[in-house]
Amino acid sequence: MAMLHTVNKSSFDRNTFESCLRLAKEGSSVLLIEDGVYAAMKNTTAAEQINSAMGTLTFYVLGPDMDARGIKADALIDGFKIVDYNGFVDLSIEHDSVQSWL
Amino acid sequence: MKFGIMINEGPYNHQAADSAYQFAKAALEKGHEIFRVFFYHDGVNNATRLAVPPQDDRNVTKMWQELAEAHKLDLVVCIAAAQRRGILDADEAKRQGKDADNIASGFRISGLGQLIEAGIQADRLLVFGD
Repeated sequence: MAMLHTVNKSSFDRNTFESCLRLAKEGSSVLLIEDGVYAAMKNTTAAEQINSAMGTLTFYVLGPDMDARGIKADALIDGFKIVDYNGFVDLSIEHDSVQSWL
Repeated sequence: MKFGIMINEGPYNHQAADSAYQFAKAALEKGHEIFRVFFYHDGVNNATRLAVPPQDDRNVTKMWQELAEAHKLDLVVCIAAAQRRGILDADEAKRQGKDADNIASGFRISGLGQLIEAGIQADRLLVFGD
């Protein structure tokens, strides 16, 4: 059962992103929204965890929330896919359920 | 597809109320249905009609009202969470002996059963909060 996990807080502020990575099953997807988008940036302490999970999970980041924080596409870890709100809606449909990590 | 949306955070706090609105708007524009929007915890503060945000800022309550009007959305505010935070409709104000009510039109006060029903009836339930 593929699940969409959304994380909305910075991984440098709370541990929800770390919990999400630990508990998400293979084949699931993680969508970073709001302050959660900071974890998608290269060269941070979160990058290592993401790189090692890249093979089993699919990573997405919400473009409008990147833009609001001045994060450019070239600052992202390789493999991240950028979606807009339409893409967020599509992802929630493509997966069997949505888990919001708050 | 049918969506249920739960909002646990007030407006102008972090971003949850805005994210939920943008998601709902995108889903409706794509032709999907929103079965219900349930406002819980501090999320009930989205339902006051007395808020006066600066003119150059968005009016979150009004955004929900307009979206609800255009798409016949059911905006439900949790009664227990609302009473704790002073969000009252006319009936509740009278019952509690208060001199005024403040719920915005388009919102209605009800109970947690409405959230459970949304979880059952909707194909996906999305939670936005702090």
